[in-house]
Parts: sequence; C-alpha cells; structure tokens
Amino acid sequence: MKMKNGRGKIPGFGLSLGLSLSYLSFLILIPISALVIYAAKISPAEYFNIILDERVIAAFKVSFFSAIAAALLNFVFGFIIAWILARHNFFGKKIVDACIDLPFAIPTAVAGISLAMVFSLNGFMGKFLSLFNISLEYSRAGIVIAIVFIGLPFVVRTVQPVIEELDNGVEEAAASLGANYFQIFFKVVFPSVLPALITGAAMAFARGLGEYGSVIFISSNMPYESEIVPLLIIKKLMQFDYAGASAIGATMLVIAFIMLFITNFLQNYMIKERSS
Amino acid sequence: MTKIRTIHEPLWVKILLFFVSGIFLSVFIVLPLVTIFREALKSGISLYLQTFTDPGVAAAIRLSLLTVLICVPINTFFGVFIAWLITKYEFPGKKILTTVIDLPFSISPVIAGLLFIFMFGSFGWFGTWLMDHDIRIVFAVPGIVLATLFVSFPFVARELTPLMRELGKDDEEAALTLGASGFQIFWKVTLPNIKWGLLYGIILTNARALGEFGAVSVVSGFIRGVTTTMPLYIDILYGEYMFRSAFALASLMTFLALVTIIAKAVLEYYIAAQRKSMEVEIQS
Repeated sequence: MKMKNGRGKIPGFGLSLGLSLSYLSFLILIPISALVIYAAKISPAEYFNIILDERVIAAFKVSFFSAIAAALLNFVFGFIIAWILARHNFFGKKIVDACIDLPFAIPTAVAGISLAMVFSLNGFMGKFLSLFNISLEYSRAGIVIAIVFIGLPFVVRTVQPVIEELDNGVEEAAASLGANYFQIFFKVVFPSVLPALITGAAMAFARGLGEYGSVIFISSNMPYESEIVPLLIIKKLMQFDYAGASAIGATMLVIAFIMLFITNFLQNYMIKERSS
Repeated sequence: MTKIRTIHEPLWVKILLFFVSGIFLSVFIVLPLVTIFREALKSGISLYLQTFTDPGVAAAIRLSLLTVLICVPINTFFGVFIAWLITKYEFPGKKILTTVIDLPFSISPVIAGLLFIFMFGSFGWFGTWLMDHDIRIVFAVPGIVLATLFVSFPFVARELTPLMRELGKDDEEAALTLGASGFQIFWKVTLPNIKWGLLYGIILTNARALGEFGAVSVVSGFIRGVTTTMPLYIDILYGEYMFRSAFALASLMTFLALVTIIAKAVLEYYIAAQRKSMEVEIQS
C-alpha cells in the first residue's frame, strides 16, 4: 500500500533541498572552511611549533582531564539521578525532573557566576569546605564543578528513558531463580543500561571539552595551571596571533568531529540494542 | 497497562540513593539558584530595580531582544524546511546532511565565534572587501547575530525530524491525491500535526539564542551599549566587581530559564499525549 518512492510525490523537493543546502553552506560549511583553509596555510613545522608549545599542551591537558573527571562524576551521579527518576515516585518528582534541564536552559555565564559564588570562600559550599581545610578557589576542581553542572542533563536524559523501558520480566525471572537484588542489578540491569550511560558520558565529555562560559568565572585561568583551551584561543586572538588561534582552533575542530563521530556511533548502537 | 514491580532495592540502598542525589542536586541546582536571587536582592528591591535603569543594562536587554527576534524566526523557518526535506523525501547524502545539522552542537562555542572571525575579520576571506565598502560584521551587531544563528540553529530541525518521521507521509500523500498544493499540504496537514514539537524547538532555540556567551564574546568586541548582549554585560559587571548588578541581570535571565524549563515540561506532556493517540490510531 505504501509507496516507497517518496521523491517527486510530495511537491517541494527542489525548493526544500535548495533552501536547506544554501542555508547550511552559508551558516556552517563556508565558515568552517574559512577557518580550515586559514589553518592549512600554516606549514607543518609551524603548526607543531604552535601546538607543542608548553602553554598550549598544558591547556589541552587541563581541558582534557577536567572533562574526563566531570564525565566520570556525571557517569555515577547522573546514573543515580536517572535511576531514581525512572523507578521511584516521590513528592515533587515533576519539579526535580524539570530542574535537570536547568543547565540546558540557563545561560552559561549565569551558571558560571553563581557556581563561583557558591564555591567562593564567602559562599555556602566554600565555607562548608573550608571546615575541612579544602579551598576550591584557584584550584582546578572549580573547572570540574562547572563542567559537571553543564554535562549533567546529557547523562540523565540519555539514561532515563532506557531505564524506563527495561523489561521487568527478565528481572522477575532472575528473582524467581533465586538471584538477590545486587546480582540482578549487576548481571541484568546494569549491563543493559551501560551503553546509554557511556553514550551520555561521552556527550558530556565532548561538551565539557569546549565549554567556556561557565568555566572562566570559577577558574583562576592561570596559564600552565588552570587555563582551558577555549580561553587560550581567545587570548591568542586578543594578541592578534591569528596563526596560533587558527592552529589551536582547527585542532579543536578535528577533536569535535571525532567526538561527534564517536557519539553518533554510540547512539546508533544504542538504538539497535533497544529495538532488538 | 501498569507494570507490576516485584523487585525493589533494599531499603538502605534506596535511602542512600535518595540521599546522594539529594545532596548532589542541592549543591549543583538549588544552591546556585538560591544564590542568584539572594545576591540580586541583597540590598533591597529598589536597588535591584535600579539595575535595569542603567543605560548599559537597558542597551544589553534591547540587543539581546533584537538578536532573538532575528535569529529565532530565521532558524525556525530553515529548521522546518530541513526537517521536511529529511522526512518527506529520499535522496543520496541524507546521512551527511543530518550530521552537518549536528555540527553546531559539537563545536565549542568559542570555535563557533572564531569561524566568523576568520570569515569576516579584517584578515579573513571577505575582510578587505568589507573594509573597502565600510561594512562591519565582526565586532558589530551582524557578527553577534551570525554567531547566535550558528549556535542556536539545530534545535528546531532536531526536534521536528523524529516527530515528522513517526507521523509518516500518509496524510500528506492523501492530501496530494485530493489535489492540494505543496504549501496547502504544509499549512493544513503537516503544521497542525507538528505544532507542539515545533513550539518545543522554538523555545529551545530561544533559550540558546538568549543565553549564548562563548561564541558571541569572540565576535562582540565588547563595545559597551553597542555590542554587549545580556550575558556579555553580566561578564562586564562581574569583572568590575559590581556583583549586585551582575546578579540582578543574571536573575532576569534565570527567571526566563525557569519559564523555559516549565514550558518544556508542559510541551513534553502534550507531545507524549499526541504520540499515544497516534499509537491508538495505528492499532485501530
């Protein structure tokens, strides 16, 4: 009954294709090639000279390890929150559920100044932590805190529907065979949630690598110490070091493409798992 | 159909999980929210309101509004066209197209701004030509609009594509056999079906366009009252230790963010209800 060949049936193919391609080229593809072509004019020797500079390497390390640490924290806490939202009913659940999206909705600069205030020595968490002689001001932990905030919804929103759709029959069968709760959880439940959890954490990691707005307010932004890559790019631009900015920018672009490829792959894998 | 759950975690595990998430969400969601409004209102309501009469703040609010008013309609228009293209027709290269749509989400906002610097900056592709014609794009309002268009582009297309795919093309093809034109099909058949999803996409586009910081700060040049959007002006105020004003402006943006997540939750409810009625239709 269904016609397989859609093209030419519903009118407007040419118009939609033309408009879409023009807009995507104008807004996305041409600007990307502008950066790539500028960066490609740099000789390989000069490129490595820029990228292997001590300060640049330090910035990549700070960005990378902060994003990894934040992704791991979100892996754990995001899972717990998704689990509670998917499996338990409690008073105010709708509000908590909606609040998970706050990091998506709140501007990063606003998140940055409020987290900086909360964790500053005068702030609630800052005072609390100083009781244990812990100061997060001017430490790299601040960067991780900002990225954890930004990445939380990626993990929760990826994992939550998967937990909701879990087949209770398998758990019940395992229970009837005499398995205890922890055996069921680690042998049956967790393995089926793991792909989603990894996907969410990878998305949070990718986002964390490029995060700028929330981080710069809470970090001390010290070169070699707590300077993230996006900030270094902006500093290079301000010093009119366009070759440096384009080389680091193009490198970040390549990393973003790789992360997009990985998360797309994971998402497709997840969809296949769920439909089977 | 209600599921009967016979397997529950032991009580102590349940308490532990609630305790851990309670602490986590208090630190990361509740405390920052409370802090914003407390810092903003610390010196009383009249000083709070005075912030918004500051010419710089007022100009920032106006520029943010202008940016949103330009970017949201444009991205909505093209987002609908792209979702329509992806779901109604088969053509080679469709996978690549879907990946290109996702690019603005995977690229760091700072890199997004950088792209436009290398395109329209004084040393960029069009730099000399633009200077000869005395047209300013970066470090001016057009640059801010372009960077905002870039980062807020994917939402509408991404929200509509799965929805339109589920809806299928049967309704549209039926309308076609009845002699409807392409535009009639869109306005009378497709649009009523996708209205909640479309609104959802528009709300997300709006939130991102309003709140964008990284991309805009690269192309802005921070000319006070001219190229400073609300988030950029928060940065300026905070940098000058004018915390009360910074948080006052932040509280306005937080209020809008809270409205956004409420609207999002409500629309998700409508979309879920629509999905359910679609399933019933298929079954009958």
